[in-house]
Amino acid sequence: MHVAIVDYGAGNVASVRSALAHVGVGAVLTDDPAQLAAAEMLIFPGQGHFGQAMARLRQRGLDAVLHRHVASGRPFVGICLGLQLLFEGSDEAPGVAGLGLLGGHCRRFQPEGPGGARVKVPQIGWNQLHLCRPDSPLQVVGEGASMYFVHSYHAVPSDPRDVIATADHGLDFVAAVQRENLFAAQFHPEKSGAAGLQLWSALVDRVWWGRPC
Amino acid sequence: MLSHRVIPCRDVQGGRVVKGVRFQDLRDEGDPVELAARYDQEGADELCFLDIGASADNRGTLVELVQRVSRALCIPFTVGGGVRSLDDMRALLEAGADKVSVGTAALRDNGLIAAAAREFGSQFLVVSLDAAPDGEGRWCVTTHGGRQRTDVDAVEFARRMSDAGAGELLLNDMDRDGTGDGFGLDLLRAVSSAVPIAVIASGGAGKAEDFARAIAEGGADAVLAASVFHRRQLTITDVKQAIAAHGLPVRWPHSTTGAAP
Repeated sequence: MHVAIVDYGAGNVASVRSALAHVGVGAVLTDDPAQLAAAEMLIFPGQGHFGQAMARLRQRGLDAVLHRHVASGRPFVGICLGLQLLFEGSDEAPGVAGLGLLGGHCRRFQPEGPGGARVKVPQIGWNQLHLCRPDSPLQVVGEGASMYFVHSYHAVPSDPRDVIATADHGLDFVAAVQRENLFAAQFHPEKSGAAGLQLWSALVDRVWWGRPC
Repeated sequence: MLSHRVIPCRDVQGGRVVKGVRFQDLRDEGDPVELAARYDQEGADELCFLDIGASADNRGTLVELVQRVSRALCIPFTVGGGVRSLDDMRALLEAGADKVSVGTAALRDNGLIAAAAREFGSQFLVVSLDAAPDGEGRWCVTTHGGRQRTDVDAVEFARRMSDAGAGELLLNDMDRDGTGDGFGLDLLRAVSSAVPIAVIASGGAGKAEDFARAIAEGGADAVLAASVFHRRQLTITDVKQAIAAHGLPVRWPHSTTGAAP
């Protein structure tokens, strides 16, 4: 699979390429719209600020590239901030429109969850997935798999059918979403050890993407 | 639920892992990449490398080490030692570090952490806080490996760093460091209850139960140790079993059911 990683100056993106190399896939790291448009699979990582990331994407004309890619039906993988940016907006940057590929908004974790449990913000560390759908690539790691999370905001999709996994951090938050050819994880599969590599192997396998959702 | 992380920490110098007592009689302990792979296999949740020979002339070897480790390793790692400026941080980020640990520079330069949080995000910033008793029932921030005390209150400094945008605090108890007497629970409680960010306990680990108490009684989110792991007094599994025995969540990497091996 010809894979390109969207490099728009948002965090440690080289580690995604390293993880792909571990599962035998070479990937280009680029912000060149032409190179990104030519890719069979796009990986959209990201760390940092929602507003700044959107500004960088728009500046380079990459928002349109991402929209076209998703509309074409080709595989798309968002990671961390790359999941949040798919939604309509975030509390982190009020008034800034996200990519709007999925309906919903990103909210900040509260140090005191609705059940009264105290949690640390940002959430940093390993949390266990609860799988919501039997047909997602996450089946390869299985119910209860530990994945590495680093984030202060979490997505609240307007369509609950988009949610394929949740985890518990004071409340059940969205750990991964999928709609047809669009998959996105709030956690970092590239930093999640052997389980993360198993997931990457599934994601770069065309079999998963040929399945109806 | 978020698991409590167990983090082995190693000193590096000139691109190699070294071991010594209080920076004396340093011995070469091998290649950081091989060691990182071993700790990953043993179930470490994260790794930490501290460059003890940090100076302006040898930043290149540290950057090169970070590049090699990040290519080989698929769990998060933190790099510290002599990180003084946004440029130092950027070089380590670009080389593939997941986080940087900033110590003395955060104390000297009031605006550094706030500027770094704007530039790189809180997730990248661990502030390393070396604390010791001030003789009046509180704790002060120390420098130079605990040898020099400052008049900065440790809890107050922790709060300030959290407000400025630090993602985590690495709390080193200089009074306990190297003693094996257990983590200082009062200090841990004072800091972890004062800030909304994660606190990593360091300094004093001797037995597996010490780690569990740091979390259960001290309120630590994660635990870090150096010598008990490199002297092989304890394995990562020993520590995780002790934590799990308190009913606290830990990660068992080779199991998808969350059960202990």
